[in-house]
Amino acid sequence: MRLFEYESRQIVQKAGIPVSAHGFATTAAEARRIAEEIGAPTVIKSQVLTGGRMKAGGVKFADTPAEAEAHAETILALEIGSHKPRGVLVDSRVAVRQEYYAGVTWDGTRKRPVLIFSDMGGIDIEEIAETHPDHVARAHFSTLRPFSDFEAKQVIAAVGVSGRALTRLTPILARLARLFRERDMVLAEINPLAELDDGTFVAVDAHMDMENEARPRQQALLRELGVGEEETRQAREPTPFELAGEEVDAMDHRGVAGNVTEFDGDLGLVIGAGGGSLTLFDAVRAHGGRPANYCEIGGNPSVAKACGLAKLVLQKPGVDKIAVMMSIVSNTRVDIVARGVIKACVELGYDPAEKITIFRIPGAWEEEGFKILERYGVPYADRSVSLDEAARRAVAA
Amino acid sequence: MSILIDADTTFIVQGITGREAVNLTRECLDYGAGARIVGGVTPGRLGREVHGVPVFDTVVQAVAHHGAPIDGAVVTVPPAFTKDAVFEAIVNAIRLVVIVTERIPRADVAEMVELADAHGARIIGPNCLGIIVPGVIKMGGIGGPARNARQAYSPGPVGVISRSGGMTTEMSSTLTASGLGQSTAVSIGGDAIIGSTYAELMPLFEADEATRAIVIYTEPGGRMEAQLAEYGPRLPVVAFMAGRFMDEMPGMSFGHAGTIVEGKEDTATEKIARLQEAGITIAERIEDIPDLVRERIGGGVAA
Repeated sequence: MRLFEYESRQIVQKAGIPVSAHGFATTAAEARRIAEEIGAPTVIKSQVLTGGRMKAGGVKFADTPAEAEAHAETILALEIGSHKPRGVLVDSRVAVRQEYYAGVTWDGTRKRPVLIFSDMGGIDIEEIAETHPDHVARAHFSTLRPFSDFEAKQVIAAVGVSGRALTRLTPILARLARLFRERDMVLAEINPLAELDDGTFVAVDAHMDMENEARPRQQALLRELGVGEEETRQAREPTPFELAGEEVDAMDHRGVAGNVTEFDGDLGLVIGAGGGSLTLFDAVRAHGGRPANYCEIGGNPSVAKACGLAKLVLQKPGVDKIAVMMSIVSNTRVDIVARGVIKACVELGYDPAEKITIFRIPGAWEEEGFKILERYGVPYADRSVSLDEAARRAVAA
Repeated sequence: MSILIDADTTFIVQGITGREAVNLTRECLDYGAGARIVGGVTPGRLGREVHGVPVFDTVVQAVAHHGAPIDGAVVTVPPAFTKDAVFEAIVNAIRLVVIVTERIPRADVAEMVELADAHGARIIGPNCLGIIVPGVIKMGGIGGPARNARQAYSPGPVGVISRSGGMTTEMSSTLTASGLGQSTAVSIGGDAIIGSTYAELMPLFEADEATRAIVIYTEPGGRMEAQLAEYGPRLPVVAFMAGRFMDEMPGMSFGHAGTIVEGKEDTATEKIARLQEAGITIAERIEDIPDLVRERIGGGVAA
């Protein structure tokens, strides 16, 4: 779950890392007040969960509070990559001697967190790694042993930083590494980490991404930051259709019938499970089909949930027919899904035989399921019909 | 033969009194020669039985009751308690831990893996369905009830490794229908950090006399496929890549927690290119897999 810059800065600050004087504003008047308090030239930064703010005009420099107010007005109204800004961050413009980069992320191959440091901050770390590999140092660290300061010191020294900068940077990187673990981050980045003219360091920008699965145990922090439980913080905001899908899945705790993503096609998909859905979605498109949605069924959902999901898809504007398909199921019962989708058709006043192009779910309780489907005249297939062939039939129907 | 487990493998089920775990226990006892489930653990339920398997409060009680080291554990406890359960298994000398539980933060997984490494233990999963040696034993919910597992899996020369539990069965069933059985099928889990990757299981399959080819199911997200390509498998490998549509949707997660395109390396397109460079055959459709396997291993496998 991605966090806004103004939230990330609070997390950094709480960890004891100095940040440049700043404030968060949702109106231009507030922005002006913050600029007045800072009492120095400011930068007005759009608070959006997407990159490329600078290029899109979401970052502007102001010399006076009046200018800050005017820029805030413009930026608050500016959509960046279809994202509306949450607000603006009014940041003081600090006199920077040098910019550094500090970040922590997971290395999925080594299965360890990795601390990354560079004395060339302010630009993308991937870019520095490619163009100036000798200016980037990395160190994996243990998840079982508490992070020790020397591990930060080694990474800083590895790019040739010594003297007072080394001793001042060490606790900052150590705190960043610790907050990464304590706050269940998957990315914790300070870029730039600025060395000021007086030799002190402040975080001028911060980027944090928290593990979705850890949200339950980070509730206290999220409440403090004002992050609502309904905020998904995905790459794009959920559509009403997708939110309705989440409601279906939340009906009861039995299995999954949800994870809905909206597309603009005409073929409704009731598909599963995780890998099966990915495979089937590709297959439908490979056969020239235009899916109206992506979704996942799994873990043996109730009839009510399967029915709710099928209804949601059937009622989506532009959807003509639905295809009900899964890879071979082991713990999800075929007959329960069959009953759910037939119930959805009947309750909406449709003939299941007309609306369901194909039902291809083989596996547990398939005989019972196929019997029900036969009774309603729904075309079905067992495992002798491949996922690809089922998708082809769904598109051709 | 097989990898990881065989007919003699003993294991416990942690969280055995949960609804899914009760079913899983039944399925494993019924399959093949019957799994040697020597105990179950649910704190506070000492003295109960699940399908004849004695339930204990702690792993150490289960080990004492068995009177000898226990080989494995299937962990089915809720996400908030999984790390503790896995630590308990590892510290009590269990060498193979299959984690079924989903939605575990990767920090917890990393801790479990680090402890496992220090104790010479291996983790499969999390968010996986386990391991099956067709006709012999299954450890986990893989393949479902014994009669369903018998229908999908058959003994033979193909090792199967998959990031999707369901697709492990779909691919194996397709192989079985064409007359190609499986030596061992492993559902490795769909998370961003998992106990055992393709490349980490490959040496085991390479050392297994029964295995002549490997079939893998892959997805966008992560570096696991790149790691396999770098490893350079010595057995013929046929790979299927699902989720190609995700290349157009960076930052969105589909299917499994680990399936998200965050950079160029993560895309299906890039992974396919890497795998092919490493001499791995890409199957466009699941039904193409058996013929591609036969092409790679040549004659000697009856249709």
